[in-house]
Amino acid sequence: MALTALFFYLFAGVTVMSGLLVIVARNPVHAVLWLILAFFNAAGLFVLLGAEFLAMILVVVYVGAVAVLFLFVVMMLDVDFASLRAGFIRHASIGAFVGLVLLVELIMVVGFRVVGKASDVVAGAAKAPASTGPVLTNTEALGRLLYTQYVYFFQAAGLILLVAMIGAIVLTLRHKEGIRRQSIAAQNARTPAAAIEVVKLAPGQVIVPSGERRG
Amino acid sequence: MPELLMTYLPIAIFIGVALVIGLALMIAPFLVAVRNPDPEKVSAYECGFNAFDDARMKFDVRFYLVAILFIIFDLEVAFLFPWAVAFKEVGAFGFWSMMIFLGVLTIGFIYEWRKGALEWD
Repeated sequence: MALTALFFYLFAGVTVMSGLLVIVARNPVHAVLWLILAFFNAAGLFVLLGAEFLAMILVVVYVGAVAVLFLFVVMMLDVDFASLRAGFIRHASIGAFVGLVLLVELIMVVGFRVVGKASDVVAGAAKAPASTGPVLTNTEALGRLLYTQYVYFFQAAGLILLVAMIGAIVLTLRHKEGIRRQSIAAQNARTPAAAIEVVKLAPGQVIVPSGERRG
Repeated sequence: MPELLMTYLPIAIFIGVALVIGLALMIAPFLVAVRNPDPEKVSAYECGFNAFDDARMKFDVRFYLVAILFIIFDLEVAFLFPWAVAFKEVGAFGFWSMMIFLGVLTIGFIYEWRKGALEWD
């Protein structure tokens, strides 16, 4: 029990600290790396709550894929710190306003219900596996519901992924013109008769290849 | 400590050991290695000439396309895990709902292949 509490405070503390470092880090790449640490510790918190599947998905999808995407986006930006800071004073009032709106929303969401104490979470971690029963694992409980009872949401998720895929291709795919691509079918279909040309060459004679020009 | 969390204790110990070894290897050179820097030693070495420009340059947007296509199939695989675990319980309906899901994403995959998004240039 004490060990659970210890791990809860460890994960929660590191999550809050790395979350803070995400927003104060000067270098955007460092901010993304702190974000990855925050994801890992949030996964640890999920494990403490008994939500194993969510924890593993957080590691696989967020750490493995989303963080890589963030890194690419950050590296795609032209990281010019001088121009980034140039508009700070000018936009500070708008930024403060947006921050205030978000803060009010957060307080309305969290503040009006009883804020769970940390000890409740620790106690919940002790209870959570017992509530799902000893044989039914987290992943299985999800699987029993997701594909039958919530089938429309599941199919909607598939359609959203399809839209995301097509959108990404439409927005970012730019093919260069004049590229000679490899055509494996054409390579395999080549025969010696089509590929080789035997010429008689007299001394001193120059020959320009008559077939396709070599690239 | 509940039984479920006990199964994760080896992972926590492993992460702790890895952290200690990693930090020890990073800190030890500051303590034991001979450090005698001068401007030529610490400057970037580029085959004899001075560096032309900064190494931090913009990435091509095509890396982003590869990453986002990876995420989509990563999520598709994430949906497969609970389905496989609960395969006996979900029955024929669950089986075909997953087949439709995979079919929808296969349409996207065919589109991606035919558009040449998997080719670099």
